[in-house]
Amino acid sequence: MDMFQNILLTIATASTPLLIAAIGELVVERSGVLNLGVEGMMVIGAVCGFAAALMTGSPWIGVLAAIIAGMLLSLLFGFLAISLATNQVATGLSLTLLGIGLSGMIGENFVGQAGIRLPNLDIPVLTDIPMLGRLIFGQDPLFYISLALTAGVMWFLFKTRTGLTLRAIGDSHKSAHALGINVLKYRYLAVMFGGGCAGLAGAHLSLVYTPQWVENMTAGRGWIALALVVFASWRPWRVIGGAYLFGAVTIGQLHAQALGFGIPSQFLSSLPYVATIVVLVLISRNRRLTVMNTPASLAQPFVPDR
Amino acid sequence: MKKILFALAASAALTVASGALAADKYKACFIYVGSKTDGGWTQAHDIGRQMVDKELGDQVETAYVENVPEGPDAERALERFARSGCGIIFTTSFGFMDQTLAVAEKFPDVKFEHATGYKTAPNVTTYNSRFYEGRYIIGQIAGKMSKTGTAGYIASFPIPEVVMGINAFLLGARSVNPDFKLKVVWVNSWFDAGKEADAAKALIDQGVDILTQHTDSTGPMQVAEERGIKAFGQAFDQISAGPNAQLTAIEDTWGPYYVKEIKAAIDGTWKGGQSTWDGLKDGILTMAPYTNMPDDVKAMAEATEAKIKSGELHPFTGPVNKQDGTVWLKEGEVSDDGTLLGMNFYVEGVDDKLPQ
Repeated sequence: MDMFQNILLTIATASTPLLIAAIGELVVERSGVLNLGVEGMMVIGAVCGFAAALMTGSPWIGVLAAIIAGMLLSLLFGFLAISLATNQVATGLSLTLLGIGLSGMIGENFVGQAGIRLPNLDIPVLTDIPMLGRLIFGQDPLFYISLALTAGVMWFLFKTRTGLTLRAIGDSHKSAHALGINVLKYRYLAVMFGGGCAGLAGAHLSLVYTPQWVENMTAGRGWIALALVVFASWRPWRVIGGAYLFGAVTIGQLHAQALGFGIPSQFLSSLPYVATIVVLVLISRNRRLTVMNTPASLAQPFVPDR
Repeated sequence: MKKILFALAASAALTVASGALAADKYKACFIYVGSKTDGGWTQAHDIGRQMVDKELGDQVETAYVENVPEGPDAERALERFARSGCGIIFTTSFGFMDQTLAVAEKFPDVKFEHATGYKTAPNVTTYNSRFYEGRYIIGQIAGKMSKTGTAGYIASFPIPEVVMGINAFLLGARSVNPDFKLKVVWVNSWFDAGKEADAAKALIDQGVDILTQHTDSTGPMQVAEERGIKAFGQAFDQISAGPNAQLTAIEDTWGPYYVKEIKAAIDGTWKGGQSTWDGLKDGILTMAPYTNMPDDVKAMAEATEAKIKSGELHPFTGPVNKQDGTVWLKEGEVSDDGTLLGMNFYVEGVDDKLPQ
């Protein structure tokens, strides 16, 4: 039974950074901006979080530093893509390249140093409940934050007036502008939220997942987060489903290998991607729903006319 | 004012560049697949390069390029080096093999050395380390130390080098515990700390109490430390990631080989078409200090190391059966190097199906 709980714990750890980064990007895309720089902001978050935690001795300061670092990098993207209305795809891609290069430079002196782990939640009695105690009451704080973030984004987007405005901007920035809404301000804030989330996801990697810094440690997770947003057809609760499906298949295939079923490992390794594509195809069969949820002015630059 | 400053800076840069050229040192270049601070494979090569700088610094200038992906990009990086006046170029990953040969054909005057490959040319020599000797030793240690009698092996790609390592590990373990079992998990990556850690967790959850890896990050070592089990370092002493977990590590020590080859290239005694395959006795691989184990296990490991060095023991000595039970090596028969370098089968007892 312990094994069952352990597997679920491993899945939760693998899925959490994907969920955090994806939920941030979802808000960005709902505002009509496509920031392909998630991977770059994530890796910058990972290195800054690690460095700050190591220098101050406090993993929470590391988490904070990671969020700020992600936000700063996203501001650069915002300046180029929102204020100067550059091509968002190209700007996002170069943000990733910049993030990876910059993180290698910042992290050069931190490679191979023993990291600090963000302590797991530990509530006496509750955490020790067999089977599910550690799963519900004994995980790392970022796991709970990731779920709270998702719930918060759901509430914000669909239950508040500001959320409605944000979605309206994503659907038609021209109409929103005509109504007197400050499109650029909303988009800046959304992009910064996305950057903060990507930084936080990076902190999860370097302070919880594998508490260490190595170059390129995000290993493509930012791209998967981007795919998850599309997979979720821009709806927050589906991001949880997607992130956990991806995590579960990833961990499941490792277990299947260790059990020695004799299935070729290359096939098993590709399963998470195959599963994601299959679900994506199934979802997109409902065209009306897909069109309804896709931000219509996604990736289109907006220059307000006077 | 700005313009003047810029002109000054530009001319200063030019002076520096021509100054370097004027010294007319022999240029040795290195292509790395990873980052030079990866704490594993590439860092070991870079330490070798630094040794060249230290020992031959007055005659040799070294250059390197990091994070070169295996594939067409490698060919571009190689060509750039070849054009920029490199006398000898070391390509330090198996996946650079075909690119090395392609570029070598275009630049017959440049010398090439390719690590861990098996194709040579008149100006291409290969060099490799008998990692399997170290893997046999750590297998023996695992055989003694494991309480569950099962070890976990985190593997990268099913190339002969990795398969050979798995076989050597199991033969070592079975030499002290004939019922020893080995679970293999392929992560299909050389370097993904998170995924390697996940694989380590999966293996531990399935009852493995010793981990070894043929991937390059310290992720698995960290998991071993957290979960209180033992593990072996890869390519590099990883004791800082697992002070209570690391039993020993197989350390790659490329420096002396690089110094020797570059000296030969300068003297004109360098030869192409060679395949160097050195082992423990040549010092190209060394064992990190044996830690976290009882004295008798340590003594056994040291004795085995000495026997391999003296040539008394070859890890691949019969009787050894293939996985399907057919005889591979008869009693007392020693495998030839060719079979080892092209190894595409498991020995009896590996609990995995080899990906083809």
